[in-house]
Amino acid sequence: MTGAEHFAAPPEWQWWILGYFFFGGLAGGSYALGTLLRFGGDPRDELAARIAFIASFIALIPCPIFLTVDLGQPLRFWHMLLDTGPDGGLAFKPWSPMSLGSWALLAFGLFSFVSFVGALAEGGQLRAASGLARALRGGAGLAWNAIGTVLGLFICAYTGVLLAVSNQAVWSDAAWALGGMFLASALAGATALLLFLGRSRRDVDADTAYRLEVADRYFVLLEALLIAIFLVTVAVAGTIAKVLGVWIVLWLVVLLGLAAPFLSARARTWPPLAAPLLALLGVLALRALVIFSAQT
Amino acid sequence: MAAFQEKPLGFFTDTSICIGCKACEVACKEWNQLEGNAPKFTADSFDNTGQLDAQNWRHVQFVEQVPDNTGLIPTPTPIAGGQAWLMMSDVCKHCKEASCLEVCPTNAIMRTEFDTVFIQSDVCNGCRNCISACPYGVIGFDEQKGVAQKCTLCYDRLQIGMQPACAKACPTESIKFGYVDDLHQVADQRLAALQQAGYKKAQLYGRDTKVYGGLNAFFLLMDKPEVYSLPNEANATLPSRNNLPGYVGGVATAVIGLIAGLVAFRNGRMNGNGPNNTRPHA
Ligand code: SF4
Ligand code: SF4
Repeated sequence: MTGAEHFAAPPEWQWWILGYFFFGGLAGGSYALGTLLRFGGDPRDELAARIAFIASFIALIPCPIFLTVDLGQPLRFWHMLLDTGPDGGLAFKPWSPMSLGSWALLAFGLFSFVSFVGALAEGGQLRAASGLARALRGGAGLAWNAIGTVLGLFICAYTGVLLAVSNQAVWSDAAWALGGMFLASALAGATALLLFLGRSRRDVDADTAYRLEVADRYFVLLEALLIAIFLVTVAVAGTIAKVLGVWIVLWLVVLLGLAAPFLSARARTWPPLAAPLLALLGVLALRALVIFSAQT
Repeated sequence: MAAFQEKPLGFFTDTSICIGCKACEVACKEWNQLEGNAPKFTADSFDNTGQLDAQNWRHVQFVEQVPDNTGLIPTPTPIAGGQAWLMMSDVCKHCKEASCLEVCPTNAIMRTEFDTVFIQSDVCNGCRNCISACPYGVIGFDEQKGVAQKCTLCYDRLQIGMQPACAKACPTESIKFGYVDDLHQVADQRLAALQQAGYKKAQLYGRDTKVYGGLNAFFLLMDKPEVYSLPNEANATLPSRNNLPGYVGGVATAVIGLIAGLVAFRNGRMNGNGPNNTRPHA
């Protein structure tokens, strides 16, 4: 079997896009975790759920800023949504992940914001919105969070699909793996972020923290599996050399991030914030090497 | 001048008679007011343009398969006794199924009444998704204007019945312009003549529908497409082919991830596991 041929030019997506992929993943992953904790856990997990919803929205704030700054014409950011050409109407192309992602980001922003306000109200920091907090508790809340979670997980994954829907080496060779790999790493990253915040605050239920550590290890295993699929697919396409070489350094950071939750669980002498920080660094490194290696 | 009919218009670039004079590059820059990139001294090639990009909408490629210092030919091409010096004036192919048009989120890239592919610079917001998608490395990002740019097939000239500047300037008529149906016939005759003369590797690229549904700017090549940095049929694929596998992979991972999360949050608790399980279970 001969490898894939690529003659496409690099789009020069650099640091802003890396920042978006990182924070977008944390925002979507945190939202999903908040939902799982609120509706899948028990009342003791509620504080962690609230932290997750708050973290989700705060992580989301830089996303549209980074995306806008990255444009050649930042003031035309709204052209992603409205067609300013002769046809007019909405600029909505479901087969273009960038188009679909722009709409998803807008919709997820709404869900994340409402859940953020609800979480603040629930925690007593925004009493004016206590009605909203009550509304988000029952069946309506479950529906709201379920839709928000679907959107959040979409934000985690579509960035990988966006890279794959191209003719670039590596990206277009790893279509089966990229979306899932970014999603799994976003879930692992969001769990690490929640553990980091929980351990910094010291008021999250110890049992909740334990469950989060267990979930973290599951997510990391899933991520490792998808990284393996990614490497196999680019090897089959004959483009694996692009992600090796100098990029080995970043792979080591990724590996350390994957290993950190397991190593820290075995040797409880680790400083409490070390493992989550290493995991977050690994999430960043994974995205950096996928984005940059294909374009060099 | 009579305006053109609203039928597919395009180029037939016959590389067998290109002499590498770059008149097409110059004419294109003049008409389209492209400043060009800062000149670079490459020292190892007659190609000092480098590639198609925001400033180079025509690029004369030099495939310099001549013997190196040791007398060896790195990648021999048996069209001239084992040595070849191929030239091709490369350009946007105005694909019938265009990868760039497919992904552009703002609809800045449109198909004109002449079936050509045109970037509306007042709609483009410089996201560069089209650059990632074009399999030929045609589109470039103009740092000054903040938008993507490429050959327009001189859309402004077409609208007033003038042929594109590059075709008009080409002294050997390597670049032929016209209705695509007519160009196909010219190309077929030229290919037959070359093959009769013994150029067995001569072939048309983009003449039929096997590459992106057909290219409105198609080529006569003297060797395999890969030699000219053109993807062969097997590799001429649209970006959208990866939507399905991409989303399927994402959905499968999401389902497994959610189940894993639920197991972690519920299962252990129901079993009474955990380091701090002194309180009643939920
Ligand atoms: S060659 Fe590239 S830029 Fe030109 S129409 Fe085809 S995909 Fe678009
Ligand atoms: S850079 Fe412009 S033309 Fe290219 S995809 Fe983005 S909006 Fe469309």
